[in-house]
Amino acid sequence: MFQTLRHTFFATFALLFVTFSVAFAEEPAHDHEAKESKFNIGEMIMHHIADAHEWEFAHGLSIPLPVIIYDNGVKVFSSSNFYHSPDATHEDHENHVYPNKALGYVLEHEHIYPIGADGKANKEAHVLDFSITKNVASLLLSAVILLLIFTSVAKGYSKNKGKAPSGIQSFLEPIILFIRDEVVKPAIGPKYERYLPYLLTLFFFIWVNNLLGLVPGGANLTGNIAVTLILAVITFIIVHFSANKHYFAHLIKPTGVPVALLPIMIPVEIVGVFMKPFSLMVRLFANITAGHIIILSLLGLIFIANNLGGGGTGWAVSPLVLIFTLFMNVIELLVAFLQAFIFTLLTSMYIGSSIEESHEADHGH
Amino acid sequence: MELLTPAIGLLFWMLVVFVILVVILRVAAWKPIMNGLKEREHQIQSALDLAEKTRADMAKLQSDNEKLLAQARAERDSILKSAKESADRLIAEAKDRAGIEGKRIIEDAREAINNERVAIVAQMKKEIVTISLDIAEKVLRKELGDKTSQEKLVADLAKEARLN
Repeated sequence: MFQTLRHTFFATFALLFVTFSVAFAEEPAHDHEAKESKFNIGEMIMHHIADAHEWEFAHGLSIPLPVIIYDNGVKVFSSSNFYHSPDATHEDHENHVYPNKALGYVLEHEHIYPIGADGKANKEAHVLDFSITKNVASLLLSAVILLLIFTSVAKGYSKNKGKAPSGIQSFLEPIILFIRDEVVKPAIGPKYERYLPYLLTLFFFIWVNNLLGLVPGGANLTGNIAVTLILAVITFIIVHFSANKHYFAHLIKPTGVPVALLPIMIPVEIVGVFMKPFSLMVRLFANITAGHIIILSLLGLIFIANNLGGGGTGWAVSPLVLIFTLFMNVIELLVAFLQAFIFTLLTSMYIGSSIEESHEADHGH
Repeated sequence: MELLTPAIGLLFWMLVVFVILVVILRVAAWKPIMNGLKEREHQIQSALDLAEKTRADMAKLQSDNEKLLAQARAERDSILKSAKESADRLIAEAKDRAGIEGKRIIEDAREAINNERVAIVAQMKKEIVTISLDIAEKVLRKELGDKTSQEKLVADLAKEARLN
């Protein structure tokens, strides 16, 4: 069952991917504005990884998103006011600068600044940008997807009471059980049930967003440091709010350490406390971003070849590049699950070690 | 570097959305799912326990049954044995009694027959005497109707008496 679903998923994904790649490969043909400019792979990759105030599915096909800024009062307007601003010159577009004089703001490399007296961005002024960016929109979308999936799974338990699970319930139940029985229970111990809602949400949130990030046109949400930062901070807070006195005592006086070493060990322990969530934050961010960079770099090879050889060179190298990219995508599918699993496992272990009653002399860090 | 600086907007939305998501999913999904799973696990466990208990009960019942059966068989054997014994005894007794009775009846019959015979013989003797007397009387009357014949008879009788 799972095997078939997975194969279907792979097949669908591969199909989507090929479609996307072909659309991408055709891009230079109607990219008449930037015909002369050299293809800059670094810029292209950064553009795809970074957040944006519009959701671009393919070149020229984008949805404007609402801009919400706090600048002595909340202001809400569409991001098309920037991207399709009458004040933005061709050169501004090239430089990713979109001024809108009527609004008095400029969107420069996805940062919003007020327009100063000199007509340029006033970078000293602080405008708080709470816009529904591409990442925020993707975040909301994933929240809706998670709610829909898991409320329907939950409904399955009342509908199929006393019967075998069916549909999406039977697909997700083994994964939920895996997280509960193989990850959370062994790591936390008998008090695991309190933490289960957070850990299950964490796992499925990361997994679904990793997968959404792999869908062509999707946002790089879990590869954004702000997202992983919040997840790590919540984990940090939960770990330290549930920690017992053994945990804190262990920080001040690590067991089995000679007194002479304490001046070294105590700072090490304290650094360790912050290192754990920090490593969680960086691991997820770096893994997902790196995966995106690799895939985008591979696709970028097509354009580099086109720039070097001209004519049909881009087309010529596409099949080989596609094979590599497809391979990378399959690996990324694995990584998507793996990173969600690791984040959940490590969070469970940190919680488990903070509520542990008696410390062993050599418990790991 | 741009990638490593978290944007305030995304931080805010992420915190808000994720916390709300945890809260909603906790109530709307994880609680019913975990309860459902636990209930199912409990059901399976109790079903397994029940099956185990039933199996033990069955085994016990079977051994009980066997014991009962053996007991019943032994009882049946002993009943049959005693029945046979009493039947044999009854038959033997009946035989003995029948023999005695038969003998007695035969004895009685014999005695009765004997008595009858004696009575009949006595009766017959009496009858014969009577009849003989009658005949003799009649003969005498007829014979001794005249004088000559009386004399002759006397002579005959005398003759006979002498011969005897």
